[in-house]
Amino acid sequence: MDEQMTPVSAWERVEHAREAARPTAKTYIDGIFTDFVELHGDRRFGDDQAVIGGIGRLEGRPVTVIAQEKGGDTKEKIARNFGCANPEGYRKSQRLMRQAEKFGRPVLLIVDTQGAYCGIGAEERGQGQAIAENLQLMMQLSVPAVAVLIGEGGSGGALALASANRVAMLENAVYSILSPEGFAAILWKDAARAKEAAGLMRMTAREVYAMGIVEEVIPEPPGGAQEDVQAVAQAMKDFFLRSLEELDAMDTSTLREDRYRRFRRMGDCGLDPQNG
Amino acid sequence: MGMFDKIRKNQAMISVPLGAAARKPARPSQEAAIPPAKSKEMSPEDTNIFAKCPACNAVLFTEDITENQMVCPRCQHHLRLSARQRLGYTVDEGSFVEMDAELAGNDPLQFPGYENKLRAARAYTGLTEAVVTGYATIQGEPVMIAVMDGNFMMGSMGAAVGEKITRCVEEATRRRLPVVIFTVSGGARMQEGLVSLMQMTKTSAALGRHGEAGLLYITVLTDPTTGGVTASFAMLGDIILAEPGALVGFAGKRVIEQTVKQSLPEGFQRAEFVMDKGFVDAIVPRRELPGRLGQLLRLHHQEVRHG
Repeated sequence: MDEQMTPVSAWERVEHAREAARPTAKTYIDGIFTDFVELHGDRRFGDDQAVIGGIGRLEGRPVTVIAQEKGGDTKEKIARNFGCANPEGYRKSQRLMRQAEKFGRPVLLIVDTQGAYCGIGAEERGQGQAIAENLQLMMQLSVPAVAVLIGEGGSGGALALASANRVAMLENAVYSILSPEGFAAILWKDAARAKEAAGLMRMTAREVYAMGIVEEVIPEPPGGAQEDVQAVAQAMKDFFLRSLEELDAMDTSTLREDRYRRFRRMGDCGLDPQNG
Repeated sequence: MGMFDKIRKNQAMISVPLGAAARKPARPSQEAAIPPAKSKEMSPEDTNIFAKCPACNAVLFTEDITENQMVCPRCQHHLRLSARQRLGYTVDEGSFVEMDAELAGNDPLQFPGYENKLRAARAYTGLTEAVVTGYATIQGEPVMIAVMDGNFMMGSMGAAVGEKITRCVEEATRRRLPVVIFTVSGGARMQEGLVSLMQMTKTSAALGRHGEAGLLYITVLTDPTTGGVTASFAMLGDIILAEPGALVGFAGKRVIEQTVKQSLPEGFQRAEFVMDKGFVDAIVPRRELPGRLGQLLRLHHQEVRHG
């Protein structure tokens, strides 16, 4: 046992977030939205199944939904590349966000990925460029954007869909600069020290909330989200509705300013280390 | 970011024989605004008259390399530069006015050993952080410029780097000036965790506003530009230039090899490869950069704008 103050250690959260039984994005899409129509493809290269996009209704109101999907059984996991998107996934999300903007629909995002895919083709087709463009587009959107991290929030691949006005994490979700294994490999040249890294990275929902990087932590039942999917889906739905109620009251420029300010304040700096 | 230690090895190869040269101000007259390097590593060894090119292994006079702007006269390999060397080679003499020189970040994770690492990086480079920002002219054209420094913790981006770049871009938007950023980075800084990651959105957002104001942003990708920097401001230029041979990518070579379980094609992630794939506008040798930047800045210097 490590000397964690909280009853559940960071590493246990990581294990929760990765559990095979943990509900994936599809489950929540079904539980939260009605009338969902999936839309495929980035109109440039292909259709990345690690990202599900489409239009549905949130309490009757049309919304654009963009979600990272890891897949259920092994066959589906492979088809969905375990939720690790290629550039096409990020370009699909860009296409659907622009479409949402055109029709004045809010963009609701469900984030769950170890990270963007690190493959040869991904590099050749501009993984970095695709993520960068996503970040910038999200910040420029004229419609509200609200995101929930449901499992793993790994690196730029997660951030690309989490640069929203309001962001929440499920209680057992994690959000980090890199997987604890990658982090340990880089800093200590030893991926086996992932557990130790997780304890230092402040990647659990409560720690991320304490740093002011997410607005809410959505509680999960004991044993994790799989123990009561309906309740968790309802809590996510409530978060989306509550956030939209607040954001709907803003005109376009206020909405964009709100999003700009949200990220602008992240990372205190200054000569005084306590008050940047 | 998996390329971290690979890069560090390369870095050592370069900076050992050329240590002093790499830190020596290119144009002393221009260094007034930038604090001089207070390197404890200055040793007689650094005054070696010979240096070995890490690319072609040719043993050369150090002076022949420094006088060639740190480009190997034999094979044209572009050695890495410090931020102040870069400014010396790029901006008009005496034009640089630094901003936020003392700006520093916190230690948001209270990460063990980070404070010491920062202290060492500061002593080694004479900089407070891994980017130098300010106002300058390039061939008479006014710009806001940010130059990253790979000698400072691999040019990694934490809160201070993100904040300095954001302020530089916001200042450019206020003053209606173009932005030029020279990138060199191992990516987001691990020791600041998620706070580093957030800088990707923050910098991209500031550049988005700058772009919406109809202003020009030029990126110059230098060796190496990777990870979270590639996946944010490095790839957002209206015009993206690169130095010959610069490594430009999102994921590190080792991480990719582990993921795909095959070796990578020749020249993978080099500037020429990245241009071939459509992500770089032009590869410009170091000596031609000020001229090319000046030309591009003049082409965008319009009194009458349409649209």
